Amino acid sequence: MPLTSEEGSRKSTADPMCPQPFRVESVSRETHDTFTLNLQPAGNAERPPFSPGQFSMLYVFGVGELPISISGDPEQARRLAYTVRSVGPATQALVSLRPGDWVGVRGPYGKPWPLQAGRGKDVLIVAGGIGLAPLRPAIFHVLRNRDDYVRLIVLYGARSPGDLLFRKELNAWGRSPDTQVLTTVDYGGVNWRGRVGVVTTLFRHLRLHPDRTVVLVCGPEIMMNYVVAELEQHRGVSAADIYLSMERNMKCAVGFCGHCQYGPYFICRDGPVFSYQQVRGLMGKHEL
Amino acid sequence: MQNSAGPVPRAVVTLEGLRRLIPLLERRGYQVAGPTVRDGAIVYETLKKLEDLPAGWTDEQEAGRYRLKQREDAALFGYNVGPQSWKKFLHPSTIELIHIERNGEGVRVLNQSSPPPHYAFLGVRACELAAIRVQDRVLLEDRFADPVYASRRRGVFMVAVQCTRAAPTCFCASMQCGPRARQDFDLALTEIADKGRHLFVVEAGSAAGAEILREMDPREASPALCQEADEAVERAAVQTRQMDTAGIRDLLYQNFEHPRWDHVAARCLTCANCTMVCPTCFCTVVEDVSDVTGSHAERWRRWDSCFTQAFSYIHGGSVRPSVKSRYRQWMTHKLASWIDQFGSSGCVGCGRCITWCPAGIDITEEVRAIRGGSATSSRAL
Repeated sequence: MPLTSEEGSRKSTADPMCPQPFRVESVSRETHDTFTLNLQPAGNAERPPFSPGQFSMLYVFGVGELPISISGDPEQARRLAYTVRSVGPATQALVSLRPGDWVGVRGPYGKPWPLQAGRGKDVLIVAGGIGLAPLRPAIFHVLRNRDDYVRLIVLYGARSPGDLLFRKELNAWGRSPDTQVLTTVDYGGVNWRGRVGVVTTLFRHLRLHPDRTVVLVCGPEIMMNYVVAELEQHRGVSAADIYLSMERNMKCAVGFCGHCQYGPYFICRDGPVFSYQQVRGLMGKHEL
Repeated sequence: MQNSAGPVPRAVVTLEGLRRLIPLLERRGYQVAGPTVRDGAIVYETLKKLEDLPAGWTDEQEAGRYRLKQREDAALFGYNVGPQSWKKFLHPSTIELIHIERNGEGVRVLNQSSPPPHYAFLGVRACELAAIRVQDRVLLEDRFADPVYASRRRGVFMVAVQCTRAAPTCFCASMQCGPRARQDFDLALTEIADKGRHLFVVEAGSAAGAEILREMDPREASPALCQEADEAVERAAVQTRQMDTAGIRDLLYQNFEHPRWDHVAARCLTCANCTMVCPTCFCTVVEDVSDVTGSHAERWRRWDSCFTQAFSYIHGGSVRPSVKSRYRQWMTHKLASWIDQFGSSGCVGCGRCITWCPAGIDITEEVRAIRGGSATSSRAL
């Protein structure tokens, strides 16, 4: 699969604020509040290529537009998949769409996960909650290009068993060769036989090779703060090998609206994926 | 618009000669915009004739204060910048981005709005030319070009006016953005209105400018007159307000936790005036509307401000709920992270944010306080 790691250096001339027409192919329920939308370009148009970690702006007729990470398989040529948690009016409208409904799509935008940098190394994926969605295309990529990578390790934490996304896939991935999948929840409930605790408690079950591991992290900022601290201070992973997907308010995705500023960066233009080296001076700064 | 190298011979034009400028531009298809008096302030509007300019008016500016006052002469440009800037025309405060029609099975997205006018800006100050260059870097020359800005910006005819006085709020000299306009104009005027004279020393900055100048009955400007004009501009470079910009990026990055942010937060009303009057602030938000039949929807873009709580809202809450964090974001962006983002400061020293702050907060004083020079000064309180 071609990886466009230099997504950012190209200059686009088309109207970047004009969405392209897509149709809803299907909406599948992942959890009580999270749904995956499969979208196809209207007519017979090709879907735009994307790299794992990139996002699109999804526009619901008359309601609004949202930045949503692509959660599907990069090799699935016909459709784009987006996993959305319904938390407000716009996301509610998005997950309420029916097959055949019209959706406007802009993008994909942003810097992808550095999957080239992980070649010949172990890939450690650390996800929290809906943060697994933007990492899922990277997992698909590693599994499809298994010989390019050594071990694949997925650490995934969610609030409760009912909040765990892609449970069937997690089980299937865990049965793949050289792949380890560990999940944990904050609150287990009486029927839960799995692990309970924050995602960093999963590190004790791992034998990491810090000299040949690339780490991809996405989740709530507070979780990412603890993950990078654990990796750097207790697991000996260098900051240059840790990559994080950051989130800020975003209105345009093309560097005009100013909302997604994060210190010297625009999340849409310079991220959402950053190396920990780029953002270590910013993470944990209150109200930056 | 192009700039010729080397010294340009300057001409002198009388008030009668200047009177031809607006018709000359209109004949070439330009819509002329420039300063005029409205609601007790000098604002930028479409001009139809020379009399629309604020002849005989000047302004008094201080932190949190702006007043118009009659001059003793009939100078057309005897004031400094008002609450508006040219971003009013180039980066409009509200604009429809797209509209979408839905009927039966079909959905059509339309983004072609009517083409904007060809603007000629009359009375652009050096700091404002610098501000337009700053917005060019953000909205034209970065990864994507904003089609709204690009269509308005293309081919603007710039008539600069050299400042011969500085308001007490001006600090363009510190920001190296003025008072002399040296480039990026088609014509530059220096007004001389005294001792019964009313003359304009005119410099053409482009072939189009030179062509128009030839039709304004120009005479050769004597060296003595040129020198007089230059000295008048040099006097405007003597400015009471100053900002020490040495190492300012690192200064602000390193002082994220400076106690001065609490001090300014106690005064800041988060009214967003500074961002609205700033000629370089570019932030926008979008609003989606639809009609009751559900067949027609529109996306509108309007200016937004980092001083609102909603600006940084993500699921779970605002990233910058405190006043302190929002003022810090604005000033750190303007003076520090802008350099990382776009290769220049976001401040041109026009002083609008000082004048139009209802609490009289002075960005130059805040920088000085963070440097530690006068942390106890509270002139603005």
